[in-house]
Amino acid sequence: MAYRIISVFLLVVLAALSTRADESEFSQKLAALSTAKLSDMSVAVEELANVGKEQALPYMDALLDNQLYFRRSDSKLFRIDTSKDPAIITDVAADKKLEGAATSEFKKIIISNSVRTKLRELMARLQLASKDSDLRARAAREMLGAVTESDKPILEEALSKENDSEVKALLKAAIALPNLDTGDAAQRLAALDNLAGNVEPAVRNRLNQLLEKNPDGSFIEADIQVRDQARYVIGTIESKLQRYRFAETIFFGLSLGSVLLLAAIGLAITFGVMGVINMAHGELIMLGAYTTYVIQQWLPNQLEYSLMIAVPAAFVVAGLVGVAIERGVIRWLYGRPLETLLATFGISLVLQQAVRTIFSPLNRQVSTPEWMSGSWEINSVFSLTYNRLYIVIFSLIVFALLSLLLKKTSLGLYVRAVSQNRAMAKAMGVRSDWVDAMTFGLGSGIAGIAGVALSQLTNVGPNMGQAYIIDSFMVVVFGGVGNLWGTLVGSLALGVANKFLEPASGAVLAKILVLIFIILFIQKRPRGLFPQKGRSAES
Amino acid sequence: MQNVLGMTGAGLSGLLRARTQWDKPSLGLYGLLTLIAIVVPICNLLIPESSALHISTYTVTLLGKYLCYALLALAVDLIWGYCGILSLGHGAFFALGGYAMGMYLMRQIGDRGVYANPLLPDFMVFLNWSELPWYWHGFNHFGFAMLMVLLVPGLLAFVFGSLAFRSRVTGVYLSIITQALTYALMLAFFRNAFGFGGNNGLTDFKDILGFNLQHDGTRIVLFLLTIVALATGYALSRAIVKSKFGRVIIAIRDAESRARFMGYQVHHYKVWLFVFSALLAAVAGALYVPQVGIINPGEFSPLNSIEIVIWVAIGGRATLYGAVIGALLVNFAKTWFTAAFPEVWLFALGALFVVVTLFLPQGIAGLLAMKNKLSGTPLSGAPLSKSAAGGKT
Repeated sequence: MAYRIISVFLLVVLAALSTRADESEFSQKLAALSTAKLSDMSVAVEELANVGKEQALPYMDALLDNQLYFRRSDSKLFRIDTSKDPAIITDVAADKKLEGAATSEFKKIIISNSVRTKLRELMARLQLASKDSDLRARAAREMLGAVTESDKPILEEALSKENDSEVKALLKAAIALPNLDTGDAAQRLAALDNLAGNVEPAVRNRLNQLLEKNPDGSFIEADIQVRDQARYVIGTIESKLQRYRFAETIFFGLSLGSVLLLAAIGLAITFGVMGVINMAHGELIMLGAYTTYVIQQWLPNQLEYSLMIAVPAAFVVAGLVGVAIERGVIRWLYGRPLETLLATFGISLVLQQAVRTIFSPLNRQVSTPEWMSGSWEINSVFSLTYNRLYIVIFSLIVFALLSLLLKKTSLGLYVRAVSQNRAMAKAMGVRSDWVDAMTFGLGSGIAGIAGVALSQLTNVGPNMGQAYIIDSFMVVVFGGVGNLWGTLVGSLALGVANKFLEPASGAVLAKILVLIFIILFIQKRPRGLFPQKGRSAES
Repeated sequence: MQNVLGMTGAGLSGLLRARTQWDKPSLGLYGLLTLIAIVVPICNLLIPESSALHISTYTVTLLGKYLCYALLALAVDLIWGYCGILSLGHGAFFALGGYAMGMYLMRQIGDRGVYANPLLPDFMVFLNWSELPWYWHGFNHFGFAMLMVLLVPGLLAFVFGSLAFRSRVTGVYLSIITQALTYALMLAFFRNAFGFGGNNGLTDFKDILGFNLQHDGTRIVLFLLTIVALATGYALSRAIVKSKFGRVIIAIRDAESRARFMGYQVHHYKVWLFVFSALLAAVAGALYVPQVGIINPGEFSPLNSIEIVIWVAIGGRATLYGAVIGALLVNFAKTWFTAAFPEVWLFALGALFVVVTLFLPQGIAGLLAMKNKLSGTPLSGAPLSKSAAGGKT
């Protein structure tokens, strides 16, 4: 109890300290809204904007929408949306919903049309002066195509202060668009110049209108100079769009490639080092994804951290299963790669059915944490989704760590020794069976990690492993066995190639073409892009 | 070209000269096939339904299906057991043969389809196609369709095999690209635009050469044809492996480089064996479709092809009769398990893969041979060294 009293007291003190003079002036101006006469409203609003700056925006927004009310009892301001039933009442200062209040307790603040115009102007000015460049960009974008003569000075002022190139381009376009309609010939041509390379849909639409024809075949736009200039400007925009589309395809390709990389890299290790085809690799990926699912079920409140926990957990789970497979089955089959293939295929069936029995044959829902959802909007036509972006980065980190592990640690040294010449390594005192178990565990653990990443992109179900196994093999075989760089290059190349083929041929046909390409490629280079060198490589 | 002719000439004359050994397991197999060829039609057609000895048409169809699978297993055993080529895509040849037959049966439907279009199969009408794609022409003739049953898979096997074996793709690499082949075909056949019925495949067949497919008599004839095909396939395969050609094949399996250095054109031997094996698979597919009544892209799935391999592994590699036994046993077990304990089937199949590879590298045939060896009568059949059917040589 005492603790609570102290903390409340502290809060009050803190709040009192932070209340500065302009703060109280701002609340005065807010209070003035509820008492001002209709004729004084214009002044009241302007003062509010001058004092409150960005803080005033939500009030002004509500006022503009005819949704600002004050409570009769204490003159406190609320936003009330009466279009819904029951009306949604929001405390503007706290941005919190007010439950259980009747609309009769409130009185609407009424404004005239002239105030409304004033409000728009003030809001635009405030937003354009905001410190947040995203907010400035949004304000400028909203004004595109809706700029009136009175807005122009505001925009020009903002433009002169602006440093951010994106916002600058938007502001220029916003000023230029109305000039297209109203200005003289020189102004219109200048306006067109200002629109060059602007990819905003509003700009593109307006420019295309310039080139449209009347039903009788004559151009709507009479000035041929303007038309030619518009055509040229559209050309610059199109080529810019094409560049963005290209970048987007590359990104999608890299994203697919990084998924392939994650799925295949564990396989590259086990295949490369032990010559073992592990058909259960896909199911180890599946186990990693299910580990993520289980962790999210156990810790429903720690969704934000679930992936951080899932990565090591999946590594351990899949790694242990991998070691068990190696110790239990594979080590009896060394030197018989085709039989290993069959035995591990059997294991994959058992694992699939086990998951089907324990969980369900249906797909499970794995949630995406907040920080991975959404997208990074570079401009209005080009944005990268965070989950794909993070997975590209994550796969590269996994790749780098694995390369370090193989290059710099003693385990890595043993692994390389055994993969290059098993007999010689044994003779030098390397415990090759221990290395085998560790390698297989490592490869399987990485499959588990891949599963965590994949759970963020695709459905988690008993069949998800099968969807990746063939692709992973293709990558390993294409890149060259026993070569991590080959796997990296192979996966990214196949991913990008797939995405470049897709628009022309459709997703399925693109995949078929890539498969045929690999089949033909193997004829030419049976050992992949980067074949392993050395005496043992020919075995 | 001279080389090819010379080689196949030698192979063929070897075939003719080969003494078909009437050894015990072969006799047993022929005996078994003759027995069911006599008993099943009698029990199905002559014995009344009320009798306990009656065999329902459903069972006949099921048996026919198993025998098709046995022929398919034989095809895989021939290349895997005797030449060390582990194809994980043999289901593709089976399915292609099946599709060629399915196209004939589709054209036979004529205007009896749902949309009653005399020329176009139902799914094309459904897709708003106005004319028959060029590759569907001619399939209304039975002879042409049967030619295609052999020609298309055979040609694919020839092209694929020539490419792969000439560039010396072996072992697991070969297995993986065969898997890629069947996977690519599956994706292609799933597409509606490919013109083979997409997802649903070809089905709703009415009759073959004028005989109603639903009729018991037609079913029995198809069943008997399957037995004949299996027996012929077995005899031919056996003749091949006993011939000089077969000896070379086994030599390639055990030591490919040595066979090459001794002057044999290794890839020619491999290609022709591969083509023959693909033809066996195609015939199996063509017999399978009219009995089962449907062919869809699922037949191309890599899982199906791997299942064939396990039939062979369980039956016993490099014995031929082992493949037949394996296919029959595993499929009986599958039918029984999926009806009685559907949950357990995949566990059981998975465990079979592991147990057989670990403890029974020579399969059931190996067990039989061991039993015979104990009782003093050696069994003929290729010896399996430890690396015999492995990829590494």
